[in-house]
Amino acid sequence: MAAAPDKSRRPRKPADSMDRDELLKAYSTMLLIRRFEEKAGQLYGMGLIAGFCHLYIGQEAVVVGMQHCTGDGDEVITSYRDHGHMLAAGMDPKGVMAELTGRSGGYSKGKGGSMHMFSKEKGFFGGHGIVGAQVSLGTGLGFSNWYRGNDRVSLTYFGEGAANQGQVYESFNLSNLMKLPVVYIIENNRYAMGTSVERASASRDLSLNGVPWGMPSMAVDGMDVLAVKAAGEEAVAHCRAGKGPFLLEMKTYRYRGHSMSDPAKYRTREEVQKMRAEHDSLDHAKARLIELGMDEAALKKIDDGVKARVQEAADFAQSSPEPEPGELYTDVLVEG
Amino acid sequence: MVDILMPALSPTMTEGKLAKWLKQPGDEIKSGDVIAEIETDKATMEVEAVDEGKLEEILVPEGTEGVAVNTVIARMGGENAPAAQPDPPAPAPAPATPATPAAVHKTVTEIPEAGWGETRPMTVREALREAMALEMRADGDVFLMGEEVAQYQGAYKISQGMLDEFGPKRVIDTPITEHGFTGMAVGAAMNGLKPIVEFMTFNFAMQAVDQIINSAAKTLYMSGGQMGAQIVFRGPNGAAARVGAQHSQCYASWYAHCPGLKVVAPWSAADAKGLLRAAIRDPNPVIFLENEILYGHSFECPVSEDFVLPLGKAKVEREGTDVTIIAFSIMVDVAMKAADALAELGVSAEVINLRTIRPLDIETIATSVKKTSRVVSVEEGWPFAGIGAEMIAVVVEHCFDWLDAPPARVAGIDVPMPYAANLEKLALPQPEWVVEAVKKFF
Ligand SMILES: Cc1ncc(C[n+]2csc(CCOP(=O)(O)OP(=O)(O)O)c2C)c(N)n1
Ligand SMILES: [Mg+2]
Repeated sequence: MAAAPDKSRRPRKPADSMDRDELLKAYSTMLLIRRFEEKAGQLYGMGLIAGFCHLYIGQEAVVVGMQHCTGDGDEVITSYRDHGHMLAAGMDPKGVMAELTGRSGGYSKGKGGSMHMFSKEKGFFGGHGIVGAQVSLGTGLGFSNWYRGNDRVSLTYFGEGAANQGQVYESFNLSNLMKLPVVYIIENNRYAMGTSVERASASRDLSLNGVPWGMPSMAVDGMDVLAVKAAGEEAVAHCRAGKGPFLLEMKTYRYRGHSMSDPAKYRTREEVQKMRAEHDSLDHAKARLIELGMDEAALKKIDDGVKARVQEAADFAQSSPEPEPGELYTDVLVEG
Repeated sequence: MVDILMPALSPTMTEGKLAKWLKQPGDEIKSGDVIAEIETDKATMEVEAVDEGKLEEILVPEGTEGVAVNTVIARMGGENAPAAQPDPPAPAPAPATPATPAAVHKTVTEIPEAGWGETRPMTVREALREAMALEMRADGDVFLMGEEVAQYQGAYKISQGMLDEFGPKRVIDTPITEHGFTGMAVGAAMNGLKPIVEFMTFNFAMQAVDQIINSAAKTLYMSGGQMGAQIVFRGPNGAAARVGAQHSQCYASWYAHCPGLKVVAPWSAADAKGLLRAAIRDPNPVIFLENEILYGHSFECPVSEDFVLPLGKAKVEREGTDVTIIAFSIMVDVAMKAADALAELGVSAEVINLRTIRPLDIETIATSVKKTSRVVSVEEGWPFAGIGAEMIAVVVEHCFDWLDAPPARVAGIDVPMPYAANLEKLALPQPEWVVEAVKKFF
């Protein structure tokens, strides 16, 4: 069960949203996601992963910061760009990587692939390939919490491209009408495939897209895990208090192509390099940790530990056998 | 030393051209640096470094075509170069390879059509582009809209160059709002414009299916013939390679079920060019089901600017006397391969390429089945209430007394598409399945 809400809480200043130990934990999860995704990219290039594979590199602070505001029992749902969300939810990197290689040790026994993984145990509801569809589904997760009268919250993630889909606004209306506990999180990484947000949305401030329904919202620096946590806390508290949904627009950036095949002609190399050099979420967290007294050697140790975990996952993903041919026919309907 | 390998950059890529090196031997490379540019038939893509170190040696010079995935293209050294590729700890099962090779060229058995005139080899991709461009030059009311069709040049590069030629008013990038832009296009068509709506894939047309069925397909009827919608909905349909359950399904039978729509599924480049032009000119809503894997396939295609094919006419792609194999889209490849294999067994198979699924060319089918007395339908989609079921009903209705064996159907396995390489292969019809079905007739 999620922790009881502290109704007296006010949003804290970003710098105060995590103490050193918590920031260190967030930093290692972010690093795990970064290294995991780099490895996935490598395995794709070797032909061990196929189909669509959308990397989360650059956006790590968003999901990690949000995860630090929630607890057991809260739900997470997102699009196909889902590896980071699963790792942040505490799913095993081995099972995620083995799903990427389509092996029986994967979270969906190899039947789902990069875009479609789920974990009932960790409250992760997928992994969805149809742009925007998860927003209504996430609203339904919130509905189920409202129906049962618990204080759980649904974290519903979607891209700024998805934010133009009609069902997003149908969901906003429903959740505000019924006061459902849903935190809608727009991961505005500025591009939907090759289309920049300016070319796709007439709304110049996506954080205001819930205004007609009276939905409270915030625009957040999604490259700063501390700022994400500070905003996320307020949003989650609002939902837990039964006041209805909350909208967070995370301003973030994806460093890699949309999926593995990406002509990269819609933005300049300089733009990407500038984001990496000046706004990287890992660099930012690391600098803050050093300010808080961590030394480089300790951080290096964390890095080594993360690398070893990722290598272990990659090894597992290659040695795990392919699914048995009979698996083709299972799980279509519940039998019996 | 660390080997840099030719990477696979898309679901169907098996080889590519090493277009350009952006780093030279001696350069220090940081993770994330772009080191080279690679061209495939779809796009030019950048290769980013994963490891850090110094580029020691370039093994494949720029400009080299047909570099296979996983070829060592360069070597990197330097103290901080970590091991580039993990050593697989235990021999793993066969590594995942795309289910279908990218560029299988066409079988030689196709019968050239009378009256085609001069032909040249053309990919299905080029043929589709040419069809749209020819129609747009001829008729100012025709325009193209969809996601990434303009500036990006098309997610699958079908509309490459069209923004340049026709400008942003006639080649329109839409947001990801299928339901909205489809309704908008249908509305425009009700008022006399002739939209071509590209769905990035037909999987996403599900978001818009209400406007296709309830608005586009029914308006003519509901208005007592006053107004309809001259509109083409086109895009890739069916399985590509390893893209999983939500991105791999065949919609032929879904749309064919609905009166008020025409449903077309080209196989060759000539089909693509001739049928798409006819679809754009047809005064009705037409669902035009393409296939991503076929986009890069090349076929002899008529060069004539007047070349158009009629909707509603199937084509006998190969003549035979013992059995009729009916297929559409990429399953014509499967049927042709099966016919080759059957020939070796002494069975002469006739292959019908449906071209149009609705209206169905019953005459061509019945003529063939009356000659061969045996029939098998082949489709990639699911069997239940599929096109094969319709095909067999038609054959039974029209050729019952001529049949020597119960009609058979080959279809995709009745499950959502799995991602795993081995399972995906098991889910999609193979030529051997057709051969086995035919063997049971004798
Ligand atoms: C309904 C639908 N339309 C189109 C697509 C193809 N598509 C996949 S991802 C994508 C871009 C989405 O961009 P955004 O929502 O910003 O998310 P991001 O990829 O940036 O995380 C598109 C057009 C799809 N999967 N589903
Ligand atoms: Mg985006």
